[in-house]
Amino acid sequence: MAAAAKAGEATLRHAFGNVLSFFILLLIGVLAFSIRLFSVIKYESVIHEFDPYFNYRVTQFLTKNGIYDFWNWFDDRTWYPLGRVIGGTVYPGLTLTAGTIWWLLNSLNIPLSVETVCVFTAPIFSAFASWATYLLTKEVKGAGAGLTAAALLAMVPSYISRSVAGSYDNEAVAIFALIITFYLYIKTLNTGSLFYATLNAIAYFYMVCSWGGYTFIINLIPMHVLLCIVTGRYSSRLYIAYAPLVVLGTLLAALVPVVGFNAVMTSEHFASFLVFIILHVVALVYYIKGILSPKMFKVAVTLVVSVGLVVCCAVIAILVALVASSPTKGWSGRSLSLLDPTYASKYIPIIASVSEHQPPTWPSYFMDINVLAFLVPAGIIACFLPLSDASSFVVLYIVTSVYFSGVMVRLMLVFAPAACIMSGIALSQAFDVFTRSIKFQLLRILGFSEADAGDGSSANVVPENDAVKVDKSEETIKERPSRKNKKKEKEQMEKAQAEKTSAKSKTEKRLLVLPMELSVIGLLLLVFMGAFYVVHCVWAAAEAYSAPSIVLTSYTHEGLHVFDDFREAYAWLRHNTEVDDKVASWWDYGYQTTAMANRTVIVDNNTWNNTHIATVGTAMSSPEKAAWEIFNSLDVKYVLVVFGGLVGYPSDDINKFLWMVRIGGGVFPHIKEPDYLVGLLLLFVETDGKGFDRVRRTEIGKKYFKLTHFEEVRQS
Amino acid sequence: MLSLTIILIPIFLFISGASSHQIRINNAERRIDLSTHIVKVFLTLKVENTGKTSASEILLAFPPTQVDHLAFLEALAATGKKKKKTYVSLAVKPTQLPDAPNETNYYTIVLANPLNTGETATLEILYILTHSLEPFPVEISQSESQLVYYRDSALILSPYHIKQQTTFIKIPSNKVESFTRVEPTDRAGNELKYGPYEDRPPYSYSPLLVHFENNNPFSVVEELVREVEISHWGNLQITEQYKLAHAGARHKGIFSRVDYQSKPAFSGVSSFKHLLARLPPRVHSVYYRDEIGNISTSHLRADSWKISELEIEPRYPLFGGWRATFVIGYGLPLEDFLFESSDGRRYLNFTFGCPLVETVVDKLTIKVVLPEGAKGPSAVVPFPVEQRLETKYSYLDVVGRTVVVLEKKNVVPVHNIPFQLYYTFKPIFMLAEPLMLASAFFLFFTACVAYLHVDLSIRK
Repeated sequence: MAAAAKAGEATLRHAFGNVLSFFILLLIGVLAFSIRLFSVIKYESVIHEFDPYFNYRVTQFLTKNGIYDFWNWFDDRTWYPLGRVIGGTVYPGLTLTAGTIWWLLNSLNIPLSVETVCVFTAPIFSAFASWATYLLTKEVKGAGAGLTAAALLAMVPSYISRSVAGSYDNEAVAIFALIITFYLYIKTLNTGSLFYATLNAIAYFYMVCSWGGYTFIINLIPMHVLLCIVTGRYSSRLYIAYAPLVVLGTLLAALVPVVGFNAVMTSEHFASFLVFIILHVVALVYYIKGILSPKMFKVAVTLVVSVGLVVCCAVIAILVALVASSPTKGWSGRSLSLLDPTYASKYIPIIASVSEHQPPTWPSYFMDINVLAFLVPAGIIACFLPLSDASSFVVLYIVTSVYFSGVMVRLMLVFAPAACIMSGIALSQAFDVFTRSIKFQLLRILGFSEADAGDGSSANVVPENDAVKVDKSEETIKERPSRKNKKKEKEQMEKAQAEKTSAKSKTEKRLLVLPMELSVIGLLLLVFMGAFYVVHCVWAAAEAYSAPSIVLTSYTHEGLHVFDDFREAYAWLRHNTEVDDKVASWWDYGYQTTAMANRTVIVDNNTWNNTHIATVGTAMSSPEKAAWEIFNSLDVKYVLVVFGGLVGYPSDDINKFLWMVRIGGGVFPHIKEPDYLVGLLLLFVETDGKGFDRVRRTEIGKKYFKLTHFEEVRQS
Repeated sequence: MLSLTIILIPIFLFISGASSHQIRINNAERRIDLSTHIVKVFLTLKVENTGKTSASEILLAFPPTQVDHLAFLEALAATGKKKKKTYVSLAVKPTQLPDAPNETNYYTIVLANPLNTGETATLEILYILTHSLEPFPVEISQSESQLVYYRDSALILSPYHIKQQTTFIKIPSNKVESFTRVEPTDRAGNELKYGPYEDRPPYSYSPLLVHFENNNPFSVVEELVREVEISHWGNLQITEQYKLAHAGARHKGIFSRVDYQSKPAFSGVSSFKHLLARLPPRVHSVYYRDEIGNISTSHLRADSWKISELEIEPRYPLFGGWRATFVIGYGLPLEDFLFESSDGRRYLNFTFGCPLVETVVDKLTIKVVLPEGAKGPSAVVPFPVEQRLETKYSYLDVVGRTVVVLEKKNVVPVHNIPFQLYYTFKPIFMLAEPLMLASAFFLFFTACVAYLHVDLSIRK
């Protein structure tokens, strides 16, 4: 009867814990959403930066014309005179997501504008991402670590930088897709359920739809599978986790127009197929090992290995020959620059010219993940105690993502969730140790004898074990009601196992007891560190990452000063030029010009045609007459040139001028970089001259030294 | 009685047809105000009935070029002595006459009391013309000021004999390039005087051209859609979509921001930097934006008892021929505008017209969105407007909201007068959406509870 009462109490406690976790998760979601609203509160509800404007424009098209027109959309307002097939060259995940949300709301007669939906998509998906982090970390190290990791992810500055309200970019939904795919992989690995394997393939499909970074998944998971096989952890669960993912995932990925046959043809996907083959070989070996006697098995092995080696060598030779025959060895430029960090600066200046493709500096690590950088090693150590399939996966995840983030600043975003998971594990384990020590020491101080304390500790351990047991049984109950019976046996087994480990854990826990003062100080330090992290994140969200970059503000002694010159120029172009006029500008402003000014541009941020960009770069860096001829041949009527000299806006066209020269020179050899390095003065003359190059008229030749605002240039 | 009126109509027509011979204008004074781009003409007529029968109608004649630009016409009859003058508003209606020379158009003023033989009456007439100042030169650069033509007749066009008439033209500044002389013509400061002219026969016409400087902003709203959404929870939400244009002389050459900001007195004098919108008192949650985001340049002087003033700047200073679009939205407390009439119906009392000061609206559409469940809308507008009904679906609507659409072309600031919209509404409809939400959540939770407690597995 006492046992029953105890069990009842434990269930109650457990139910309470569940409700508590639910509310904590809810609050984490609210936190993740609301910390990203600084941009709306401080500035306005507006789309940020460059790429989001393109996504916004695509979403507008989708909501206006429907999905079929979207797939077939040939956009003639960009890359004039070439145009661009949007449906086939864009990752549609984000657009379709926002389009679906908009459609759902509107069919419920909630008339939100497309812009509002786009602005708030990123914060909503950050909340989803933090919940996904909870699930993933819970699979690895339990609910406590899950909650900590989710809370950390909800406000990690690196992720905030890409998902503030208005930052309507692929990464906003892709990080959620990435984490949920990893979660489902781990879940399948832990349960061996085909249901989760199918879900995993679907999540992978969503990721492929969303972001080019899906290649990270399709390389990381094979690496983990290989690791498991090599370390002798092969099991049928691993097979179920991996084989359906490759088959279904590849089929689904090929459905996305922008990926298409790349899903089977490019080298980025090659590793997954190789591991797929290896996995089958291993599975076959295990199967044969099962049905043959050990002696027969040895014979079979020697036979198969000798034949297999020959075949393998032949296949590998053919593959190597095939791959080597293509100039980039089957890799895309961006992937190559990941593998060889010096590749881009050597061969593709256009990739190197983007600031987010540069390697990060050390301060940017501290800025973007803050104290997590110190917690990560502790988390890795915690993952090795004990090493399971799941924890080996997160270790692999963090190791690879550290490398990638070191190559490209942008991939810090992939690193951030891994860092959060690791730090969540580390923090939760540390808290666990400290609180347990304090509890133990307190019991001793409060007058219990050594023996009593021992009893107390054992009494302590038993409920904990109970909790563990109930935890597990609860998990199984949660699965589905229909599986209750099936799970019972397993439960029994687990119970037995838990009892077995209880003795072990008892001794372990006795060993882990720390002195009272040390635990208290440690706890305090951890709390301080957490507080510092929170303060830093809020600061980063409010000050560093919320600026929409189309509106600039500065504080003067008179108060807030707003520079809204970009939109002023775009609005002017929109209302006061002919609908079919062509506007030339450096490619950074292409997306914004098409979206905000609704005018045809020559080049834009989708840098698919290097020659075209080089043409514009050449025109920008040529003498006025030559520039006039180039622009005239492109039917350009207006040239948009950004000059920030007066207000001290650093990233204007003069700052970018060397890249124009470099990219132009890459295609047209008469543009030579050293010619332009004579001095800054020359640059000024050059750009200013062009600024006044009124492509329409012959007013070329005026060289004003006193340009102040770029919009001065906008009218002829 | 009905048959009587039917008989009477041809008689009236006969009278009005004949009246041109029996009415004589003893004295006509016309003051044309050209200080802004909205031309206001004040006409004072002293009419006398010299015929044998009494006359009840007076005709006003307009050349066809003016009729197209005529935005507003109002006639008042002055009665009483000088100190105790009272004005009675008279009905004015457009009229077609078969024998009109040179496509002259007519408006008929219906007198309150028929004018008997030998009696005189004083009529005060105000009419407003839009788009009547023609910029010349057509294109100006940033440093030039804007010159415009105004064309009219030195003699008042009238179907009646005018005994004595004078015309005063007021221009915004002293700078007059040229003006037609029809002696006697006189110029004093910023006023031109034509006349007095004696004894002119009907349909006298003498062309008149004034070329002068007018740097006032020629702000024309090409299209304005005002949406007034009534919420019986206590708010009136107004959204106004503007398509603004500068209708003055077109801008040519470079726009230099440096000159514009450093020498405001000489640079871009005809451009407009800011506009003033007069909003009702107790206005709240004002926003000002366009399709690409907020426009950060605006000031609101809100007051709780008098008109709030919203000073807005377009994204860029508007030069001649330039356009801009923007949206202004604001909320108002419902109790200031919604009342209950004696027959139990509710009515909205709201201002027609455009809140921007000194602005011409080429096409104004007012959409009044009634709450869901409102029935039988009828609008009372003091001047002719086009009306129609639409349906709009807003937050969680099921049957949709009735929208009363009022359309009028060529609207000037004098049209900013209240109109009334009557409708019936049962307050129970206010609870429809909260109840719907509550039941939806209830069903959702019930479904959750049911799912957790029902075991659907086939195998036991």
